[in-house]
Amino acid sequence: MRVPLSWLREYAALPDGVSARDVATRLIRAGLEVETVDEAGADITGPLVVGRVLEFADEPQKNGKTIRWCSVDVGEAEPRGIVCGAHNFAAGDLVVVSLPGAVLPGGFEIAARKTYGHVSDGMICSVRELGIGDDHAGILVLGVDEAAPGDDAIELLRLRDDVLDIAVTPDRGYCLSIRGVAREAATAYGVAFTDPGLRPDVALTGDDGYPVRVDDAQRCPVFAARTVTGFDPSAPSPRWLQRRVQLAGMRPISLAVDITNYVMLELGQPIHGYDRDALRGPIVVRRATAGEKITTLDGVVRAVDPDDLLITDDSGPIGLAGVMGGGSTELSSETTAIVVEAAHFEATGIARTARRHKLPSEASKRFERGVDPALPAVASQRVVDLLVSLGGATQEPGLTVTGAAPAPSPIEIPVSLPARVVGVDYAADEVTSLLTAVGSVVAPAGAERIAVTPPTWRPDLTDPYDLVEEVARLRGYDAVPSVLPVAPAGRGITPAQRLRRRVERAVAAAGYVEAPSYPFVGAADFDALGFPADDARRVALRLANPISEEQPLLRTTLLPGLLATLRRNAGRGSSDVAVYEAGLVFRPSPGPLPVPPRLPVDRRPTDAELASLLAAVPSQPRRVAVALAGDREPTGWWGSGRPASWADAVEAARVVARAAGVSLRVEKDEHAPWHPGRCAALYVGDTLVGHAGELHPRVVAALGLPERTSAMELELDRIFPDGVGDEPVRAPSVSTFPVATQDVALVVDLSVAAADVEDALRSGAGELLESVRLFDVFTGAQLGDGKKSLAYALRFRAPDRTLTVEETTAARDAAVAAAASRTGAVLRGA
Amino acid sequence: MSAPNSDYDPVQVTPLDADQVAAMVSDALAAFAAAGDLDALKEARLAHTGDRSPLALANREIGALPPQARKEVGQRVGAARRDVATALAERQAVLEAERDERVLVEEAVDVTLPWDRAPQGARHPLTTIQERVADVFVAMGWEVAEGPEVEAEWLNFDALNIGPDHPARTMQDTFWVDAEGSGDSGLVLRTHTSPVQARSMLSRTPPIYVICPGRTFRTDELDATHTPVFSQVEGLAIDEGLTMAHLKGTLDHFASSMFGAGITTRLRPSYFPFTEPSAEMDLQCFVCRGASVGDPDHPCRTCGSEGWIEWGGCGMVNPRVLIACGIDPERYTGFAFGMGLERTLMFRHGVEDMHDMVEGDVRFAAAFGMEI
Repeated sequence: MRVPLSWLREYAALPDGVSARDVATRLIRAGLEVETVDEAGADITGPLVVGRVLEFADEPQKNGKTIRWCSVDVGEAEPRGIVCGAHNFAAGDLVVVSLPGAVLPGGFEIAARKTYGHVSDGMICSVRELGIGDDHAGILVLGVDEAAPGDDAIELLRLRDDVLDIAVTPDRGYCLSIRGVAREAATAYGVAFTDPGLRPDVALTGDDGYPVRVDDAQRCPVFAARTVTGFDPSAPSPRWLQRRVQLAGMRPISLAVDITNYVMLELGQPIHGYDRDALRGPIVVRRATAGEKITTLDGVVRAVDPDDLLITDDSGPIGLAGVMGGGSTELSSETTAIVVEAAHFEATGIARTARRHKLPSEASKRFERGVDPALPAVASQRVVDLLVSLGGATQEPGLTVTGAAPAPSPIEIPVSLPARVVGVDYAADEVTSLLTAVGSVVAPAGAERIAVTPPTWRPDLTDPYDLVEEVARLRGYDAVPSVLPVAPAGRGITPAQRLRRRVERAVAAAGYVEAPSYPFVGAADFDALGFPADDARRVALRLANPISEEQPLLRTTLLPGLLATLRRNAGRGSSDVAVYEAGLVFRPSPGPLPVPPRLPVDRRPTDAELASLLAAVPSQPRRVAVALAGDREPTGWWGSGRPASWADAVEAARVVARAAGVSLRVEKDEHAPWHPGRCAALYVGDTLVGHAGELHPRVVAALGLPERTSAMELELDRIFPDGVGDEPVRAPSVSTFPVATQDVALVVDLSVAAADVEDALRSGAGELLESVRLFDVFTGAQLGDGKKSLAYALRFRAPDRTLTVEETTAARDAAVAAAASRTGAVLRGA
Repeated sequence: MSAPNSDYDPVQVTPLDADQVAAMVSDALAAFAAAGDLDALKEARLAHTGDRSPLALANREIGALPPQARKEVGQRVGAARRDVATALAERQAVLEAERDERVLVEEAVDVTLPWDRAPQGARHPLTTIQERVADVFVAMGWEVAEGPEVEAEWLNFDALNIGPDHPARTMQDTFWVDAEGSGDSGLVLRTHTSPVQARSMLSRTPPIYVICPGRTFRTDELDATHTPVFSQVEGLAIDEGLTMAHLKGTLDHFASSMFGAGITTRLRPSYFPFTEPSAEMDLQCFVCRGASVGDPDHPCRTCGSEGWIEWGGCGMVNPRVLIACGIDPERYTGFAFGMGLERTLMFRHGVEDMHDMVEGDVRFAAAFGMEI
């Protein structure tokens, strides 16, 4: 809402000399969001005067233009000679002249200057040059007797005014009017407020005006109609009216339209004017029926919904109630008889219609936020008054008012409630006086209680706490002290939260950079990853209104986003890149989505209701994924680097497992999007938790990734399916006896997994084994085709003694025997 | 040495006189002194202290002497051998020190050579700032609550007093999960972390003090200051006797913990469906602390010389929300607050463009390291 200060002052007796910025500060303190103070015309300095064009000569120029060399009376002894490029004026017309020394909007300084062979002693101005309009086709020609040469045009055109631009929150619909803001300003300054909405002289009821029938009184509780005739459609809007409408952010159009807008801005009551001669029969307010259409004022033909409320006559729909009028009864340049509608429409219905038709009009904006239902009779009279005084119209006798404003219900509160909620010791009489200032009627209601009846213009005041806020904001939030509450002793972050921090730190410490991505994916992403048609990861939630139609799904895997991030980094020159993401994926069950029940809000849902609600929320497990490409270790002065590989990806899973305190088992697998020969399945216990390895070359090509890009993804929630425990780690007993080392080289088939050999060695070696470490893998002709040699260092130690050579050798032999029986391993050189 | 010397040869007794022994010593000392390195010293040692050295031979002859002569000669030779051994050790120490020094010089390297073999990881500031915020509140005894990102509409809206016709529910703001053909899915991508507050109230009994950081979603196009996927942190306290003063105290403590001692907050009346009274919350500018206001010569880029930075929204929990979540508003009051973390990062760390926060460029996160 844009509020010209001059308009505000008409109803709030603000002290002289109070600046717009002062007012803004007070209003902000009272809870109005004043975004800017626009000092309209502040950059204009005179002399800017009215001039009369005495005579002129048209002078064609070499550049094709014809300029006018004018003699202009600006109220001085001698007329001035001024060059003008426009031709929309005649000798004798009154115009606006900026004299040398004047500054126009935008810092445009006027000086006497030589042009087209003359010295132009000033400039005749267009509305655009004056900052009061867009028209630059010609200069501004004033009305015949509007002023006299030499008059100050800044004053005449009301160029200077300060405008408060207020972002009105949804609960303060009454501040979408000068009336509402003036009331707040008057309260903030403690000065008198004259309510333009109170007109004791105006008839509030009647049934003898233009016939109106309201079929849906719930959606249209009040409808007022008054009629004028004999309106002069050629009467111009006075400058003050145009200027105010314009400063308030609307375009001046014609006198009748400007008046309806002016009254809406002033009172907050949307007004609609009908050309009475275009109306066919009585006005009927009713719901739309299926298949109906209306052509609205913007020229659009709209199919209406049975939920839309229509204004109709015998010809059919003539308006989308409270949103936009129809074209057929529009006020035109011929209109002389006008039916003025000031109606009250229910807020949520208007909101639905405005949304449905994407028509956020000035009217719907107000109705959605709540308009004073007591206004229609007064507001319609205000419109009529202006049509009469400015447009020469005559008010027809008779008035139609259907329905009546519902009376607000009183709210009873303990007078101590504001103090209890806000923490400021408001006195009882202060609470009463502040609520009265809002417009409420406050009455005692028993011991220490008051009954507060809110005013009709505050439909937002329905609950006790609404009154608390009024008291708090009018006294000022700066009265609220700062007191730190003492929470009960807490338990810190949960084991699951600690685990997550630990895992993510470990992955970052292992050289991965976190890169969270958007969760939006498309079927094309799944195709590029090579997911089979029946892959469970294709079962994804779909957004009804995605940002991009290409990515309407919610991710079921972190890989699409992470790989896109990797590609973007590589494209930006980070060719050695390792990134990770930890976040939720969305895994709905296959089949139709269960719909969560619509639960009540006037009580706590029952446990069963709540359980069914929570059960309808799809599973959203937490995953961590890494992707890497380029060199894992760079080439340097120490020698050559090491390319990132499948092994790094698998190791990243081990990093996660170590941080989680679990042991990870790795098995060979074939699983998209990984390279079928370089894909590891990751298990914790018997649970598959994820996969790692090098990506399939086709995936790398399809996604434009650096070659041999590798990746790991695992699901943290699968590591601890029953929740993260808080079991303390059992300490090992650290033996101080000497270690005995035995190395063994085992020859196995190429297809045998090293992890299986190691498992066999461990199980065979028994309790004396301290560690097994694979230190060499060798293939060569001497081993024979299809064979490889795995060299292990076995370390043995006893907790209570120094091992003998015999004991160590026996344990080693047992380990080798187990490897032999389980994997066919043969001790090399044996 | 008192054992009889079987090789005793009386003819060779003569070398044991004092002058000769002294000469042996001085020869040895001269040889040691002349030894320029440890190898030369080794030769000199063998020559003057080895089994065939004059002193060793002399020592061997002592046993052949008549008992009355043994003592004197024994003392003389023993002293000579001690002198020689001492000189040898000293020279050995000197030469070893010289050698060590030389080796250390020879082994010197250019310690300024880079050793950037291990890749450097980093965490994203949006993650680490969530942890930092959580830690501030955990230190006060609060707990960290979480919820899903796809959320039941009822928890995201209805329970928070956002009615069916509230503008926030329009497609303009909210990502709706498609019902795949049949009506409403009843599911949204949560538009704020407030449903976690509702979940907390429904699953806990007061007193409740929780902080809820997390990802949130609105249908904004990505630009320099907007992103459809963003992060919030919200706090909720429900207890007996809580007032707006406690809200203010909590916010002031939070502000000073994040932005420096003495930094405070300011409340301005505002509107949110789930709080009443509601307030916008401004943070005192932690750079200029208000000094730039009205001082055009020293403008403040962080607060635009306003002295305050818009930080978030807050208020007392609307009793309608308490009722829907099963908390007795006659007995309990509560407060809640929330702020955007992208915006917080922007002014706390001078992030200039939202794209930097969402594109995953490793250079961005790398600058923030492991904590924030």
